[in-house]
Amino acid sequence: MINPKGIKASLYVTCIVDQLYPQVGVSVVNVLRKLGVQVEFPIDQSCCGQPLFNSGYVSEAKELALRVIESFKDSQYVVVPSASCAAMFREFYPSLFESDPQLHDIAQNFSERVYEFSEFIVEVLGVNKVNASGDGRHTFHTSCHMLRELGVKDQPLSLLDGVEGIETVDLPQREVCCGFGGTFSVKYPHISEEMLSDKVDNVLSTSCDTLVSCDMSCLMNIGGALSRNKSGISVKHLAEILDEENS
Amino acid sequence: MADIKTKSFVTASKSSIKDPQLRQALEKVGTGFDGARREAIEEISEEKWEEWRLKAREIKEHTIDNLDYYLDMLYTNVTNAGGYVHFAHDDNEANAIVSQLVEENNVKIATKSKSMVSEELGLNHVLEKLGVEVYETDLGEYIIQLAEETPSHLVAPALHKTKEQVASLFQEKLGIPYDEDIESMARTAREVLRDKFLKADLGISGANFLVAETGSLVIITNEGNGRLCTSAPRIHIGITGMEKVIPSLEDLSTFLRLLPRSATGQRLTSYVSIVTGPRRITDEDGPEQFHLIIVDNGRSKMLADPKLREALYCIRCGACLNICPVYQKVGGHAYGWVYPGPIGSIVTPNLTVLQNAKDLPFASSLCGACREACPVKINIPRMLLNLREQLVQPSDGSKSTSTFSENIAAKSYTSLMKHPSMVKLGNIMLKGLQKPFVRDGVVSSVPIPPLSIWTRSRDLPKLPDKTFHQIWENNLKDNQDTNG
Repeated sequence: MINPKGIKASLYVTCIVDQLYPQVGVSVVNVLRKLGVQVEFPIDQSCCGQPLFNSGYVSEAKELALRVIESFKDSQYVVVPSASCAAMFREFYPSLFESDPQLHDIAQNFSERVYEFSEFIVEVLGVNKVNASGDGRHTFHTSCHMLRELGVKDQPLSLLDGVEGIETVDLPQREVCCGFGGTFSVKYPHISEEMLSDKVDNVLSTSCDTLVSCDMSCLMNIGGALSRNKSGISVKHLAEILDEENS
Repeated sequence: MADIKTKSFVTASKSSIKDPQLRQALEKVGTGFDGARREAIEEISEEKWEEWRLKAREIKEHTIDNLDYYLDMLYTNVTNAGGYVHFAHDDNEANAIVSQLVEENNVKIATKSKSMVSEELGLNHVLEKLGVEVYETDLGEYIIQLAEETPSHLVAPALHKTKEQVASLFQEKLGIPYDEDIESMARTAREVLRDKFLKADLGISGANFLVAETGSLVIITNEGNGRLCTSAPRIHIGITGMEKVIPSLEDLSTFLRLLPRSATGQRLTSYVSIVTGPRRITDEDGPEQFHLIIVDNGRSKMLADPKLREALYCIRCGACLNICPVYQKVGGHAYGWVYPGPIGSIVTPNLTVLQNAKDLPFASSLCGACREACPVKINIPRMLLNLREQLVQPSDGSKSTSTFSENIAAKSYTSLMKHPSMVKLGNIMLKGLQKPFVRDGVVSSVPIPPLSIWTRSRDLPKLPDKTFHQIWENNLKDNQDTNG
């Protein structure tokens, strides 16, 4: 375990958080600062290129990848409040440049500095419990990229369990996809909606007040349906929960 | 070749989702098959399972990398055992080889044990045209043959049918009273088929594995029909893909542990048949002739492409179908050809025409559950991404399947994202444009695609007053030490 004090982390905020859920970015900064981390935010950062990469536009994805790598070239750690974007960096960036050894090395070096938010707290900072408190019944959705590309499974759950005053319940079929899949959700909406509907049923079955995850893309999808159904269940990024302290 | 309907994926998947009987049938997939698989893994421990998977993958990697060597070894050993090996470049060649054997040997009745490759070749139609009576003898295959349908699952071909539908089918086709008791339906099929086994001149089987060192064909079944097909008639033809060869019986033991557990959660199937050559002089029974037809039919194209090669490691267990949230919704027929589900979305475009099967690689949320379930750890999502690239930005000079507007959208998105000031401007414009659509803090209906599609069933949060970029600049940047 290392002393979090003095560690510098650069936040890659993600497009969805930047544009739609900026409060999640604020919470990430607050939580990391609470743990003594010096947070930096390279201001010229933009999209990781995943929407392009997943749609087959690989050369355009490469252009954006090089831009992101440049923005974070001096960062000790790159912290991402999305397992999906983190997976793009860590699993796919090096493979984008397989045919160019020099760029491949640069991408590889970048990818090794990237951590998903909860993973960074537990694995790098060695912190299993963040000083936070709240109330109500919470359940957690594990995103596909978190589980199957990054291999992050227990870290966010242990952080959530450590929050004072809240009740946590298991989400049935927690590891099954919510049906988002980026452009999949609008290219094949009839399939995506069926998958989403199963996820929503599972969330409703927990009688929770709050659905927590580490990917706002999943939460935009599931939350969008929960809002449409007037379910009264709110969706929150884990960082928002860890940022709360009842005084 | 079997009919290719991959172009109709969207319409076919829409109607599948609306079919209540199919939905009912598909419920078995996740809870039944996949549940049984998980229990089987739990029984032997995750660690042991992982060890077997790694071993299996290693064997497959080695064999596929040295495929010419092992096919040559197989050829020699099948021939030494008194059998004949035929190599077929494509479906026409394979069907012609079977046709010639049928004519030379005056075959009237053929029984078949389940073979996905013969489905791929459309062999039944070819045989019927030659006047041969063909009987599928795997219960599931028999059902769909009666229904004049195609398999919808690699392991359970009639999975899409409910027991009530099968009872009606038997009533109509076999002229027996309606009876939806599964055991009595199985008994009926057994009675019909037993007679055919005894009369058949030709038995056709697929192969789960081909063992190079002994020249053996291995099939595993639960009904015993495979054994009857390969031993009762006077001729046995085995037809399978060239990727099914493995080096040794020792290697087979690894796969015999993995395949049944991955497919149905069984420790072992009821029957494991290892067939080596025709009847020997000292044997009491068995076929007089044994022919092995090894089919390429597009596989060497995958072999040549390092990015797609690992699709040839597939042992057709169906675990990726059972766990796939898309397959669970749309069923096997929507995929439009013989091989459905995640692995089918790789294999089908490669064995047919990629451009006509363009929906298959895209109709996935890339959740990766298939890769996790695969007993040989095939990285299916990665290959789906590679196929997407091949469709959109082909490296072989073929025409891109993406539309003009998709290209414009991708280019504009890229240049927007390269200029943060433009993103800022875009955000201001969108905030103005969203105003008429915001109700109770959310956007619930926008008449412009793709947002109109999204808001069909989901709300969107409205764009907040400030982006994170702005909040950082205004409020967060200089607070470094206040909370620390």
